Amino acid sequence: MELKQTPLFSMHQKYKGKLIDFGGWELPVQYEGIIKEHTMVREKAGLFDVSHMGEIDVKGKGAEDFVQYLTTNNIKKLAEKQVVYGLLCYPHGGVVDDLLVYKFSEEHYFLVVNASNTDKDFAWIKQNCPPVIEATNVSDQYAQLAIQGPKAQEILQKISDTDLESIKFFFFNPDVKLSGVRCIVSRTGYTGEDGFEIYVNPEQAGFIWEEILKAGGPDIAPIGLGARDSLRFEAKLPLYGQEIDQDITPLEAKLGFFVKLDNDDFIGRDALKQQKENKPARTQVEFYMLGRGIPRSHYDVTKDGKKIGWVTSGGYSPTLDKNIGLAIIDRQYSNVGEVMDIMIRDKPVQAQIAQGVFYKKKSKTKTAQ
Amino acid sequence: MNIPKDLLYSNDHEWVRVDGEQVYVGITDFAQHNMGDIVYVEMPEVDDEIEAGAQIGVIESVKAVSTMFCPVAGTITEINADLEDSPELLNEDPYKNHIVIVKMNNQDDLGQLLSPEAYEKLCAEAE
Repeated sequence: MELKQTPLFSMHQKYKGKLIDFGGWELPVQYEGIIKEHTMVREKAGLFDVSHMGEIDVKGKGAEDFVQYLTTNNIKKLAEKQVVYGLLCYPHGGVVDDLLVYKFSEEHYFLVVNASNTDKDFAWIKQNCPPVIEATNVSDQYAQLAIQGPKAQEILQKISDTDLESIKFFFFNPDVKLSGVRCIVSRTGYTGEDGFEIYVNPEQAGFIWEEILKAGGPDIAPIGLGARDSLRFEAKLPLYGQEIDQDITPLEAKLGFFVKLDNDDFIGRDALKQQKENKPARTQVEFYMLGRGIPRSHYDVTKDGKKIGWVTSGGYSPTLDKNIGLAIIDRQYSNVGEVMDIMIRDKPVQAQIAQGVFYKKKSKTKTAQ
Repeated sequence: MNIPKDLLYSNDHEWVRVDGEQVYVGITDFAQHNMGDIVYVEMPEVDDEIEAGAQIGVIESVKAVSTMFCPVAGTITEINADLEDSPELLNEDPYKNHIVIVKMNNQDDLGQLLSPEAYEKLCAEAE
């Protein structure tokens, strides 16, 4: 089967990305090296090709009600040009996908979803869509780049006609000209640093990529999927298929902040209300390793020889220089300070549950007041 | 790809330096380059008795776990303790930083290993 290529494929070849099969997409796992790229984003800036992500337009009278019905978070209080993080749930409370919802107007919402779930999400939306609402998979119409890091704004400003300071955290401007090319620019990202996500016509993606690298000079570098994962993990940002999936609810994954149970109804609300009242039987915990070893996704977690859960994401944190992880375990063992075992190659290695284990996000949290 | 001429090689991308009855064993430049940033090394214990081709440890990069094999049969006489705190040494200089030293049972095992030229061919085919 042929792998799909993003509009930035020629850039990956030019900058010597190490190309791999990422869920059917031919994308670079790294350029210079994962740790080097990770550090670059934390200290200066990095440029990512995230064109494989999916984009879905929802348009029509009643679009607001419909998107609210699909999403756990409060959609109705969004201002125009605001963005919100939320989840699409099944009736039983498990997760279809997590996503960003961009409000263009009460009759036009732009949904940005995980690459691996685009088809599934679109089918889910169509399945629940009232006839007057038009839902379209527009993923092919957009390339997406992300520029992330403390120097992201300074670099992007050099080619932006808009004062980027005016784009607040979780807001977007659909009419920014980057080197004369019209783009949607949001102050959002998946790294825990300040930065922007840029949606642009596929034909001009390569041009914008080069313009950003030129503007940044030694302060920016192309970043691969390996560092994208290590950055989001270090900042404790969830990944579908690990922290959340069709059998893990947002409440179990400690994402209750993005689930408004006392607001308008949404698919899965009743099940989640019930789960909250009874307290989820399982819960997510942060941990760091006490013994030698690296915890990894899906490794078993045991206590006194009994399986109590599993690691959702784990690994080496370059910024913190520690082996850390997230696990979903039986609630009774989830107290801070508890020691548990991570099964690494059939041997138990001790880990301790703690709080504040992860990297403190440096995203600019100023809101438009 | 750096392939020193004074070493022997295995199909699993380990290098071997012969020193009398013992051999130094490590991973090649090809191996470290393919793995990417190495963040953890698990080594055998001193005095462990190993068969040729047996698994003796694990090398973890950021994204993957790789098995390490012992190219010759023998007894582990030394492990490189520096790698416990500084696994990245294997990326920095894979030939200067051995992983284990093995006292061979049988010098004939060396005959199973690849010459630098044969190893170079193996790498070319793997690309």
